[in-house]
Amino acid sequence: MSAASVLKNGGRAAALPVALIVLAQVAATVTQLESDSLASPADIAKAFVSLMGDGTLLKATADTLKAAAAGCLLGVGAGSLLGIVLGLFRIADDALDLTIELLRPVPVVALIPVVMMLLGFGAEMEIVIIALGMLWPSVVLARAAVKEVEPRLMEVSNVLQLGFAARVWKIVLPAILPQLFMSLKLAAGYALVVAVTVEITANPLGLGYGIMMAQQALRPAEMFAYLIWIGAVGWLISVLLNVAQRTFFPAFVNGEGR
Amino acid sequence: MVVTQLSTRPRHGGGHSAPRSGEPRIRIRDVTLAYGSLQIIGGISLDIAPGETISVIGPSGCGKTTLLRMLAGLARPTSGGVELDGSVLGGPNRSVAIVFQDYGKALLPWRTAGGNVSLALEARGCPAKERPAIIRDLLEKIGLGQHAAKYPREMSGGMQQRLQIARCLAQEPKVLLMDEPFGALDAMTRQALQDEVLGLVATTGATMVFVTHDIEEAIYLGDRIVCLQPNPGRVGRIVDVSLARPRDQLLTREDPEFLRLRRELYDLIKDDHQ
Repeated sequence: MSAASVLKNGGRAAALPVALIVLAQVAATVTQLESDSLASPADIAKAFVSLMGDGTLLKATADTLKAAAAGCLLGVGAGSLLGIVLGLFRIADDALDLTIELLRPVPVVALIPVVMMLLGFGAEMEIVIIALGMLWPSVVLARAAVKEVEPRLMEVSNVLQLGFAARVWKIVLPAILPQLFMSLKLAAGYALVVAVTVEITANPLGLGYGIMMAQQALRPAEMFAYLIWIGAVGWLISVLLNVAQRTFFPAFVNGEGR
Repeated sequence: MVVTQLSTRPRHGGGHSAPRSGEPRIRIRDVTLAYGSLQIIGGISLDIAPGETISVIGPSGCGKTTLLRMLAGLARPTSGGVELDGSVLGGPNRSVAIVFQDYGKALLPWRTAGGNVSLALEARGCPAKERPAIIRDLLEKIGLGQHAAKYPREMSGGMQQRLQIARCLAQEPKVLLMDEPFGALDAMTRQALQDEVLGLVATTGATMVFVTHDIEEAIYLGDRIVCLQPNPGRVGRIVDVSLARPRDQLLTREDPEFLRLRRELYDLIKDDHQ
């Protein structure tokens, strides 16, 4: 694609958001907006600059991302591990299948009060809730991936008499790595949602707490600045993970299997 | 029907084979295999001497592959048993290597040619320091010396099958099982690989059981040919091959004995189909 066509496509995609911002600004100016719930784009931009300037926003972003990343890795890691065991051992799968199906539909936000009672406020509580939210989807994805590993490769590992650890490390893990990354990618977006939810409802830190405080202090410009920033962070994470997936697992992305 | 044949005859031709006296390498003792009420193998007995090459032919559905999988320890007989050097084979054993027909599925796509061979060395606990030299040697032997760094997907079908054979040799097997290994390859590649496998078997002294649907391939490779009959799979006949070794793609195939065996086996298989 030439630079000109990138510019043209980019221009087309940007037309609507830019038009909406301009429209909102015009509307706010014309109506001489003075509101406790709405703010003009210019005011939002000013609030954003000021939040960035005093480091509040960056500190909140770091808190939220740290919790989301830790919870995500913990949940996907533990969930994938359990999923691999369930995928490999029919007995374990039969024994745990019902339990998992019963636990899986419990909305993770419903666990906020429970975990809060156990751990109190703070990063740990948030990480644990995020991890619990990532756990079951990761179990299910990893289990399905293991069951799809080429049976011939499992026979090869049988014939070579590979031990359990070697079998997992040398055959199963490399075979399901693309799916595990896919799992991580899906979880990353979801982890940010859970993190902000926990911060809005309970935990006094991070971006969710920031947006909550702005709302309670009746500072709509600040609130929208947080909101747009959260959207941008989520978008950036998803772009980065997509690039990583395309770089490391091109065959998987192109639907060519492993 | 049960056919028991003790192998005490001397091997014909080429002096490279192990002596065929004493204990068999493999003893198949009246094995049967059934899935529920479906009888797949209906009682097969066979002794295979060390260094011997057995070709197994028969119509589809006669249990050729199932028999091979039992020898590999991948399928368990319903009754009877398989012995390797006098002890019962309870499951897969590194001394018994198997080359699958679908090489594309049997190789690790995320490992290079060298890495795929290495897997077998890792499995038998070969020290990391010694592996590179063994891998180089094995790939050289099988004609992949220049391709150690290539991934399976970058190799032709023939090269991939060569690689699978190299990995099996890395197991240092006493027994090499081959399940229609060249069925998916073109004629020229097939003949080249037949000769290479015969050469490898001769130098390593391995015992080989080679399943094929190609009668000429069975004659060309084998010391004996086991003809299976279907429903349920059982030994129909065992034919001795008295062709000289080393064998030659042109001379051996023009030998009157080769032509006689070909006719005999065609008639045999044809009868089974009727």
